[in-house]
Amino acid sequence: MESVTTPLIAELRKTPLNAVHRRLGAKMVNFGGWDMPVEYPASGGLVAEHKAVRAGVGVFDVSHMGDIRIRSGRTPGGALAAVQHISMNDASKLAIGQAHYSAMLYPAGTFVDDVIVHRLGEDDYLLVINAGTREKDVSWVRENTKGFDCVVEDLSDAYTQLAIQGPRAQELLQKLTDANLGVIKNYWFLHGTVCGLKNTLIARTGYTGEDGFEIYVPSDAATSEMVWNKVMEAGHEFGIIPCGLGARNTLRLESKMALYGHEISDKINVWEAGLDRYCKMEKGEFIGRAALERAKDAGVTRTLVGLEMVDRGIARDEYCCCNENGDVIGVITSGSPSPTLCKNIALAYVPPEKAVLGTAIYVQIRAQKCKAQVVATPFYKRSKKTAVPQAAASD
Amino acid sequence: MAYPANYRYTKEHEWVDVKGDVAAIGITDYAQHELGDVVFVELPKVGSKIEAGKTFGTVESVKAVSDIYAPASGEVVEANEVLHNTPETINTDPHGAGWLIKVRLANPAEISGLMDTAAYEAYIASQSKEASA
Repeated sequence: MESVTTPLIAELRKTPLNAVHRRLGAKMVNFGGWDMPVEYPASGGLVAEHKAVRAGVGVFDVSHMGDIRIRSGRTPGGALAAVQHISMNDASKLAIGQAHYSAMLYPAGTFVDDVIVHRLGEDDYLLVINAGTREKDVSWVRENTKGFDCVVEDLSDAYTQLAIQGPRAQELLQKLTDANLGVIKNYWFLHGTVCGLKNTLIARTGYTGEDGFEIYVPSDAATSEMVWNKVMEAGHEFGIIPCGLGARNTLRLESKMALYGHEISDKINVWEAGLDRYCKMEKGEFIGRAALERAKDAGVTRTLVGLEMVDRGIARDEYCCCNENGDVIGVITSGSPSPTLCKNIALAYVPPEKAVLGTAIYVQIRAQKCKAQVVATPFYKRSKKTAVPQAAASD
Repeated sequence: MAYPANYRYTKEHEWVDVKGDVAAIGITDYAQHELGDVVFVELPKVGSKIEAGKTFGTVESVKAVSDIYAPASGEVVEANEVLHNTPETINTDPHGAGWLIKVRLANPAEISGLMDTAAYEAYIASQSKEASA
């Protein structure tokens, strides 16, 4: 086994719950400059955490993610106009209390970042962004909303963000709030009192493919720890365990959710990534729209597909994909064993003609080419029986 | 977990158990703990040669691929078939049933350069201290 030289821990950024993770004996990792828990061996580790989320409930500290608030200035409508300019989805369709998945694009139609846009009020939007792209995104938003009558605030350090995910998430959180969680539809949110904290944002969002909530509480260590402990206590009867970035990745991969730097990046456009349904060309101008028009006419040269390994072997990020002759035809963006499916799965960019279900793709795994086949995605979908109330399709 | 007194250890967290001119090789308890649940093991074929300091296989967890380095040179005389279907044996019994390969040593003197139990325990204590600094 290789020895790993650990970077100076003191230089890494820490969430308010860092001491809690270390106290729980979490295996820590440098994720985009953040000292984050990848798994908690004492309560079973990655596979146990993944299974807990699918079967019961798990809790993630995702405070490293960022938050940008955009409000109108003097004139109403300034915030919406600004959001419409930088975001590819149609924010004018959002009701107050509703959120949707979107992305900010470069003029080339490639990704600055993916984002969840929440409409907090009449002229008030909250963008939740990735940890690794925090500073880039804030600069991008400030720069590109200059021409609009709006106020941009970076609230990233103001919140501790907890993701409570799994079929028992609602039962758990209901013990800690007087807000009626049963009426919150998927991708909607409200503000309520949680653990005695008034006006807490409670959103039915997540990155696991299960039902769940993300709550945003004040980021001081004492409050953050109080809420974490209450969540763990309330979840005890449902088998809750703390969950790290390892399980976060296997869960989102099974659900075919994109990860920045992998399925989406500044070198990949919306059509290649297959995120058409979140890109509302008909809404009018937005950064990247013109390039996307041209790209649509030109057609894609690569497309994102799901793969399942046929031969023994685990396809992993950045491994090459080949045809039967051994020519490199694509690349794995994310690959891992799937704890739910007990198969080795991956997402990959391949030429469009290879995107047909059942097509054989060969993955270069060290010295060998191992056979995989194109399969439908998502690899996993939660059962309809436990599905939450859905809004009419408007995203 | 105790580190067997008669084994020898490498900085890359492999152990060696020499019986005559045949050495069993595996990864240590420290290594399996760092890795997490082992899901896949790739071992060399019987009859192939391994070279001291070079990689001879991999042990994979869900999250990571770990190259295994040969502590000494020799010819593979046995590969642990059990690991094909129950790779988690490496987690539950890393120093025993979780052995990886058995090798006929080309140069048994190479083993004397490796750490003994006391030295290895001191080594991993210093690694852990760095990691939590």
